[in-house]
Amino acid sequence: MTSTATATGFSQEAFDAFLTAHGEPSWCTDARRDAWDLFQQLDWPARNAEEWMRTDIRTFRLDRYGLPGGEVDNSLLPPALLSEGVELGGHSTAIDSVSLDGHLEQQWADKGVLFCSLGTAVREHGDLVRKYFGRAVDSSYDRFAALNTACFSGGTFLYVPRGVVVDQPFHCLTALTDGATDLSRTLVVLEEGAQATLMSEMKSTEGAEKGLHCGAIELMVAPGANLRFVNLQDWAHGVWHFAHQRAIVDRDATLQWTIGALGSKLAKVNQHVELVGQGAHSQVNGVIFTEGKQHLSYHTLQHHRAPHTTSDFLYKSALQDSSRTVWRGMIKVDPEAQKTDGYQRNDNLVLSAKARADSIPGLEIEADDVRCTHGSTSGRVDEEQIFYCQSRGFTRKEAARAIVAGFFQQIFDRITIESVRESLGLAVARKVREYE
Amino acid sequence: MTDTLRIEDLHVAVEGKPILKGASLTINRGETHALMGPNGSGKSTLGMATMGHPHYEVTGGHVWLNDVDLLELDADERARSGVFMAFQRPMAIPGVKLADFLRHATTNVRNPDRQEGEELIPMREFRKELKSKMEHLQIDMEFARRYVNDGFSGGEMKRAEILQLAMLQPKFAVLDETDSGLDADAVRLASESIAEIGGDKMGLLIITHHDKLLEHNPPDFTHVMLGGRIVETGGIELAHELHERGYERIREEYPEAAAENREMAEASA
Ligand SMILES: Nc1ncnc2c1ncn2[C@@H]1O[C@H](COP(=O)(O)OP(=O)(O)O)[C@@H](O)[C@H]1O
Ligand SMILES: [Mg+2]
Repeated sequence: MTSTATATGFSQEAFDAFLTAHGEPSWCTDARRDAWDLFQQLDWPARNAEEWMRTDIRTFRLDRYGLPGGEVDNSLLPPALLSEGVELGGHSTAIDSVSLDGHLEQQWADKGVLFCSLGTAVREHGDLVRKYFGRAVDSSYDRFAALNTACFSGGTFLYVPRGVVVDQPFHCLTALTDGATDLSRTLVVLEEGAQATLMSEMKSTEGAEKGLHCGAIELMVAPGANLRFVNLQDWAHGVWHFAHQRAIVDRDATLQWTIGALGSKLAKVNQHVELVGQGAHSQVNGVIFTEGKQHLSYHTLQHHRAPHTTSDFLYKSALQDSSRTVWRGMIKVDPEAQKTDGYQRNDNLVLSAKARADSIPGLEIEADDVRCTHGSTSGRVDEEQIFYCQSRGFTRKEAARAIVAGFFQQIFDRITIESVRESLGLAVARKVREYE
Repeated sequence: MTDTLRIEDLHVAVEGKPILKGASLTINRGETHALMGPNGSGKSTLGMATMGHPHYEVTGGHVWLNDVDLLELDADERARSGVFMAFQRPMAIPGVKLADFLRHATTNVRNPDRQEGEELIPMREFRKELKSKMEHLQIDMEFARRYVNDGFSGGEMKRAEILQLAMLQPKFAVLDETDSGLDADAVRLASESIAEIGGDKMGLLIITHHDKLLEHNPPDFTHVMLGGRIVETGGIELAHELHERGYERIREEYPEAAAENREMAEASA
């Protein structure tokens, strides 16, 4: 960082200063400017728009936040959850959208793997990044998508060349101090036949309460490649979280995408998987736990665009206190995507009378030879199960904990990364309080 | 002094409907009691109320474990004071491995004063004990890695209940049709196991329709329940009689209770 763009709000001056400070290649600056124009032109989402009718952001004030930049204190980094005890192929960290240190094991660097902040990648591997940047996330989708493209900062770039199999996971930790802004963007590119695992987690620093995350994730999985991607959102409960996340999975490629959503005040996430090549397969896992007054809203799409593609989707949420979740899922099958097999399921465990889970599955099928199934359940913890545990000496609270952990186990059984299973399991179990 | 479980004039209602209308019986630790009676007479209700199921509302009476009234305690406190029930229809707890469930249960029951969050009994020690108990009961070790009662056959559930009985070593146990849903060999194995686990170490209240279980666990006392009351108590010969000739004589001798039993059965049909 050569200059500090200490911005209040997202003014034109602040944006211009931000561009100057970054000194990026012109294709990137142009992309940012185009997105900035979109950001200026677009309105905030209408209250009655399908994606926003259950999610009220009237109290969100963008001018309380600003463009990232400036000094950060890396002693504030919170401990990582997902990578504990794991031998990593590389790691990176950022605070308030400013990248700190990063590391890539030499053996992977030697094979042509790139792992660094997206900002660094734009400057040092511009031609490569340019090929993929913005291919998955559509800046014109809404103001948040536009804002991220215009102002992304920090973030992660992972590139694995053709045929390279990386058997050590990568990890990135993104932290936010009180009231700060995170505009990180993740771009993962796996070339043909490559294999890799990336675990990304987002946390507030100790004691921080507020903040804004306006993020984007783009995952490009080339033919025959295999990507396991994990993103855990564990912000403090005063953080606004807006994210556009999309994967493009090509012929015979596999994506296992696990999301953990524990934090934030309000989250509005679009998670899309596009299966664009014959035989592409995706598995999406979601572990969501809400409490207090949290409001987490997920809009997911499994888009089958080629024949013989399979998608498997399972989100499970447990809700405590007066928290709320919204899940609106869609399986879309294009006319040419015959022999598609799509599955989606959302289960909600409601731990308190004041909590509420909205679960809205959907199918939009334009091919005739397909198999698509969906389902959703919402309910309280079964008192019979609680009694059964109690009759074996569990206290009511221990019983509720065990039952909630069991509820999520079905997801953990699908996750093939041990450290993710364990850390998410513990994090969820710790949150269960008295069950009323 | 030996431990005593004393059920005293117990009245229980379910959904506002009286089911038990004054049931009394006393079990000393080391004794085996059979509780018999036609379907719907209130046998399971007696066990459920003793264990503390919230659905079964006690409207009168006491359940004394020595000088403690169990009715004042939550179900988990009853379990920790040494009372167990093998359920007629055990609940599935999906996602919770039987071994983990039992490790937690065993820890709590053996350390009644344990606070939440305190250490569980050491894994190695627990595994060893579980393994030897499972071998003894001829249960495959793979069973411990399955989720509690999830997708279990009727017979597997009953065997899992017996395994829990063996691990938790209660002072008193109600065994509610623990022999149903098992084939002949499994019934014999279950009966022998219960005799070995329970025998003179526990006070057993066995609810059963078959004679195999009682053959291996000869009751010191037999109680007959009808219409929510214990209408007759005798020795082992009463169990034999009921088994051979059914409840005709009982119904004739206790027409009021028989009428109530019919009413209860009709109301629930
Ligand atoms: N959970 C329940 N809900 C409603 N009625 C019940 C319930 N449990 C028992 N009952 C009623 O109580 C009576 C006694 O039932 P139960 O104790 O199960 O009899 P048994 O075990 O002797 O067959 C029956 O008429 C039954 O319908
Ligand atoms: Mg019964």
